[in-house]
Amino acid sequence: MAAPHTYQTRAIVVKQSKIGEADRIVTIYTPGFGKLQAIAKGACRPGSKLGGNVELLTYSSMMLAKGRNLDIITQSQTIDAFPALRNDLWHMACALYTLELVDSSTLENSENSPLFDLLLNTLRCLCQSQNDESVVRYFELHLLQHLGYRPQLRRCVNCDSRLNPVINFFSHRQGGILCPRCNQKEPTCRPLSVDALKVLRLWQGCDYSTASRVKVGPKLSLELKQVMQGYIRHLLQGEVKSMTWLEELEKKSVDNNCGTD
Amino acid sequence: MASIAEPIARLIAELNKLPGIGPKSAQRLTYHLLHMPDEEVKSLAEAIMSLKEKVELCSVCFNITDRNPCPICQDEQRDHSKICVVERPSDIIPLERTGKFKGVYHVLHGTISPAQGIGPQELKVKELLYRLQDNSVAEVILATNPTMEGEATAMYLRQMIHPLGINISRLARGLPFGSDLEYADDMTLGQALEGRQEF
Repeated sequence: MAAPHTYQTRAIVVKQSKIGEADRIVTIYTPGFGKLQAIAKGACRPGSKLGGNVELLTYSSMMLAKGRNLDIITQSQTIDAFPALRNDLWHMACALYTLELVDSSTLENSENSPLFDLLLNTLRCLCQSQNDESVVRYFELHLLQHLGYRPQLRRCVNCDSRLNPVINFFSHRQGGILCPRCNQKEPTCRPLSVDALKVLRLWQGCDYSTASRVKVGPKLSLELKQVMQGYIRHLLQGEVKSMTWLEELEKKSVDNNCGTD
Repeated sequence: MASIAEPIARLIAELNKLPGIGPKSAQRLTYHLLHMPDEEVKSLAEAIMSLKEKVELCSVCFNITDRNPCPICQDEQRDHSKICVVERPSDIIPLERTGKFKGVYHVLHGTISPAQGIGPQELKVKELLYRLQDNSVAEVILATNPTMEGEATAMYLRQMIHPLGINISRLARGLPFGSDLEYADDMTLGQALEGRQEF
């Protein structure tokens, strides 16, 4: 029997660009097919049935038709448009960062349903959470895990010895912690405090509701951010563009707070 | 392409660079031009030349114009205390067509798009803030598209303009004329309900 011409899926729109007069090329992340690129015909016209249903950062139920090159989105119904993320610049920037990470770290047609669930949960958490930094760090850590780059945080990646509660080191190259003795052979590694290691270990093994109960101070938060982003940059071999925007917003909010103090 | 005369091959190659024009369309246009009257072809060539020679950005609103400042910025009849901020020069045309807006414009030349590495520095945001310094502006209307990037840009501008104490408004969002409620997305329909008006 011939394969069906159409199929249905739930999808989160992670990227989109305009093509032609009124069409859009939409990159979606789905639970069953992984990342896909599809065309939303006429989506830029005011009366389009697709329009807002294929907008960036929308979780939709879609029907797609097999195309010669790209599949065509024939129907789309929004399940969640995450309005809380659209009404706040910082929340929006965090959400766009997670979308870019998923887009740049995955291949097309490579199924990874746990990663889809992680992305969806992260967007929902961002809608409710006051602690965005922790949500984003938790997302980064588990994204790496689902991609097969789970950092080794329990034992030294070099000599496999138990780690002592002292300042250890994070090796991007080896994807885990080096004990102080092994670090002498690879001195470019980044120092990691005992508290940061504890938080990463806890986050690695728990769900988000448990992770969100951990109180992370500004200094520890900065350390965790630098470690995770250094590792992500190393793996992607490049900058995450949305990160620059996040940092700019962060700087602006610090400047504003200093101004009001 | 050895069998094709050089000028024809050259024009095909040039037209092929335009968006939406493939090799076949380029070939068809080239042969069409070849059979057009001389004066029409000359007029087309002149129009293309003058596009780059005479057109520039207005030093006030950054709209594309052949006179600097542009006719809208020069018009004393218009309300210069209202600035409508748009993404692209082409967005001014439909707004002007409504005949409802008598203020002036400011063109950003893009939107903030973090994933493409486009930040406020790449847009005419600094120039807008400079225009707002002299206290003559009473209202800024943010008319960026109701897309993710458009919203991000509008929110960023609100953050920057708010301390100046100028009224900031955003174009209303809702159902387009001739559309169908059944197919409206949740965000649009929700906003249409929130922004409903007495009838």
